Amino acid sequence: MYGLTVQLFYSWPEGRGLGYIGQSNFFEQLNPGERERKFGLDDLGDGLAAAAFYDLEGTLVSTNLVHTLVFYARNEPGLLRSLKKSASTLLSLPVFAVTDQYSRKVFNDLYFKRYKGVKEDRLRFLADDLFLSVLKPAVFPGAYELLEKSRSLGLRQVVVTGALDVSVKPLMEHLGIEEYVANRLEFVNGVATGRLLPPVMAAATKASWIRVFAEREGLSLSDSYAYTDSMSDLPMLSIVGHPAAINPDMRLRQTALHHDWPILNLK
Amino acid sequence: MKLETWNLKLMALQLRRKTHESVVYIDRDSAPRIMPSGEDFILEDLPIGTRVLYPNPPIKGLPNREAAIRYALNHPHGCDPLFAQLEPGMRVTVAVDDISLPLPPMATPDIRQTVLEIVLDMLAGHGVDDVHIIIANSLHRKMTEWEMKRMVGKAIFDEYYPDRYYNHDAEWTDGLIKIGETKHKEPLTLNRRAAESDLLIYVNINLVPMDGGHKSVAVGLCDYESLRAHHEPQTIRDSDSYMDPARSELNHKVQRLGKIVDEQLNVFHIETAINNRMYKGDMDFLLRNEDDFTAFDRMKFEAMRYTMSKLPRPARRKLLHSRPAQYEMIACHAGKTEPVHDKIIEKAFDQYAIPVRGQCDILITGIPDISPYNVYSVLNPLLVQVMGLGYHFNFYRNKPLLKKGGVLIIHHPCYDEFDHKFHPSYIEFFNRLLPETRDAFVLRDKYEREFANNPSYVEMYRRGNAYHGAHPFFMWYWGENGRQHVGKVIAAGAENAHVPAMLGWDRADNLTEAIAMARSFMGSSAEITMLHQPIIGIADME
Repeated sequence: MYGLTVQLFYSWPEGRGLGYIGQSNFFEQLNPGERERKFGLDDLGDGLAAAAFYDLEGTLVSTNLVHTLVFYARNEPGLLRSLKKSASTLLSLPVFAVTDQYSRKVFNDLYFKRYKGVKEDRLRFLADDLFLSVLKPAVFPGAYELLEKSRSLGLRQVVVTGALDVSVKPLMEHLGIEEYVANRLEFVNGVATGRLLPPVMAAATKASWIRVFAEREGLSLSDSYAYTDSMSDLPMLSIVGHPAAINPDMRLRQTALHHDWPILNLK
Repeated sequence: MKLETWNLKLMALQLRRKTHESVVYIDRDSAPRIMPSGEDFILEDLPIGTRVLYPNPPIKGLPNREAAIRYALNHPHGCDPLFAQLEPGMRVTVAVDDISLPLPPMATPDIRQTVLEIVLDMLAGHGVDDVHIIIANSLHRKMTEWEMKRMVGKAIFDEYYPDRYYNHDAEWTDGLIKIGETKHKEPLTLNRRAAESDLLIYVNINLVPMDGGHKSVAVGLCDYESLRAHHEPQTIRDSDSYMDPARSELNHKVQRLGKIVDEQLNVFHIETAINNRMYKGDMDFLLRNEDDFTAFDRMKFEAMRYTMSKLPRPARRKLLHSRPAQYEMIACHAGKTEPVHDKIIEKAFDQYAIPVRGQCDILITGIPDISPYNVYSVLNPLLVQVMGLGYHFNFYRNKPLLKKGGVLIIHHPCYDEFDHKFHPSYIEFFNRLLPETRDAFVLRDKYEREFANNPSYVEMYRRGNAYHGAHPFFMWYWGENGRQHVGKVIAAGAENAHVPAMLGWDRADNLTEAIAMARSFMGSSAEITMLHQPIIGIADME
C-alpha cells in the first residue's frame, strides 16, 4: 500500500508551479475548495515555507469516526431501519476498539464496510447536520487558539484525516482550513460499496502523503509541525521537525515522553 | 612550646578572626561543612583558610503582621491611604507575585493571603465589587489550581476562582493592551484588565533585591515582546550585578518602563520584606555554622542523611519540596512604587548584606534543589546553570565575590532530567541548540522567536502549566555576566560527562578533585570562598 501510494503521488504530472492541482483523481482529495488556488514560488520566501499538519478526530475535535457512524445510523430513514442500524453499530463498537488497537488498516476495512448501501446524496444531505450537532460542539477550545497561532506564523494549515471527505467539509470551512485530505468512499451508481478509494489515509499513508505534498509544494518538513492524538499516526509525527502529541492515548504519551515531544491538552 | 606549634596556633587564631558573624574561616580543627548537591546533602572537609559565607541570622519577624499591613495601607508613601482611594462601583485589580516567590514556598498562611484578606475586606467595605485577582506570572508557568488555593487560602479561592482569580496570560492577545513605549523603543504591553482598572493594587513579597519595585507590574504583567526588550544578553552583561539595583542595567530598563506604568496606571503597591529563616526545627541546622553544632544538631543531620540515602531521587525531591519555608515578615510598606521599594530594599539589605573584604580565586557553591523555576519540579541542567552562574554568582554588591577569570565550582549531580509538563521548551533548547552554540547573542537572534512562537509551546503555556517557549533563553542569558566573568566552571559530583560538556563546563567526581583542578588553574595559593547553601545573602564587597 505504501509503495502504491508513493507511486500515485509521483504520478502527478505538473510538479511545482502554477496550476498544479486537479489533474489526478487522487489529488481531488486534497482540497475541493482550493483547487483554483495558485501556489507560486513567491510563497517560499527566503527559505522554504512550512506547514502544520493536523490529524482531526481526537486531535482538533473530541469525536472519533464512530460518532459519525452513529450519527448516520441514527438518521437512517425510517424508525425501524434507524433502530436496527443503530443497534448493529453499537454492537460493533467492541470489535472496532479491538481492531483499532491491532491495526488501523484492519479497523478501516471493517469500519467503512458499515457504510455499504448508503446513498451519496444522503451523506451530503446530512453533512451539515452532522457538523452542527456533532462536530462543531466537539471542537476543542484550544484548537482555535492553536490554529490561529499557527496561521499567524504563516504556516500552511493542512488537515490529514481518516474521516470521510463529505463529513468533514463543513468543519473545515468552520475552522478556516482550506487544505485537507480525507478518505473517500467508493460509490457505484451513487451508492457506497463500503470500500475506500485508495490511498486510505491512515498510519504510514498519512506520512507518505505529507512527504509528497511537501516536496510538491516546496515545504520544509524540518520546519513543519504535526499534531495528532493517536499512536497510529506516529509516522506522521516522525517526519516533521516539530511533532507534538495532542490529548494523546497512553501509548502515544509514552512515546512522546520518550522522544521529548511536547504534549498538549486542548480540552 | 615549640615555635612551629606556636605559629600554627597563631594562624588558627587569625583564621578564627571574626570579620562578621556570617564569615567563617576554616582552620585545622574546623568541622566538615554540609553542602547541598541537588537533593543530597554531603559533608565536605574544606582546605584550611577557606572562607565560608553563611546567611545572616534572621531578623526577628514583626509580632503582628496583620497590624503591620493595616498600618502600611493607612500610612502610604507618596499617595492617599488605600481606603481614601476607594469609591463604590470602581474597578479594581489586585495582582500578586507568583509561586517563584518566596523559596521554598512559605508555610501557610502565605503573606499574600494575609494581605489579600485585609485588602479584599477593605474593598468590600467600601462598596467595591468589581475585583479581580491576577497572578503576575509573566512568562513563568501558570500556577496550578492547588497552588493557587494554597497561596490565598480556601475562603478567597472559593469566592474568586476561576472567574475572578486567575493567572496572567501573556499570549492572550485580547487580554493585553499596549500602554506605551520608552524613548529607547522598548514597548510595554500589559494585562488589559489590570491596565484598564481604576486602581491596580500589587501585592509583593521581596526575597532578593532583584524583586519588587517596577519589576512587579512592568514585568509580571507584560507580554513576550515587552519582556524581550530587557531580558537579553547585553543587559545582563551590563548588570553588575542584577542583585544590586543601583548597578543593574536590567533594573534601569525596568525603571524606564515603570515610569510609563506610573503615567498610565494608578498603582497602589504593597511590598513586604521577609527574613531569611528558610528552615526551623528539624532542618534549621542547615543555616548554621557547623562548628557550633550541638550533639542534637549532628543527630538531626545524620538522621536526615540516613533517611535520604534510603530514598530514590524523586522521593527525596518530594520530601524536600514538602518542607515549607518558615519566613517571617520583617517590613511592609505601601503606596507609590518607588518610595515603597526603596524602603523595602533598605530592609532587605539589612537582612542579606554580608560585609566581605577581598575577592576570591575559587568560589564554591553547592546547588540545592531550590530555584524560582523548579518549584514542585526538577532542577534541570539549564536551571543548574542559572543557579550557579546566575543567582549565586550575582549575590554581590560593588564587585563580584570571585575574581575575574576565577574558577567557579558548583556541586550538583547534573542529571539529564527535565519536566515535560513544566519545561518542554527547555528540552529542545538543551538538546538541539546548545550543541550548536552557547553564544547567547546567536541563540537570541537565531532561535528565540522561533521558540517563543512555537504553537505547541504557546498552547502548553496557555492551557497547561509550561514555562513560555522563550523562557529557556532567558535562563541562558541570566548566566551571561557570570559566564563572561569566570575563567572556568567545574561541576563537582556530576554523575555524567555530557551535561557539563554541553554547558561548557569541566567535570570532577568530587569536591576534592574539583579544588585540585581549580588550583592547577589558579595556582596553589588560590584564595577559596564557599557560599554555604542554602543562602540568601549579598556579599557586600569592600
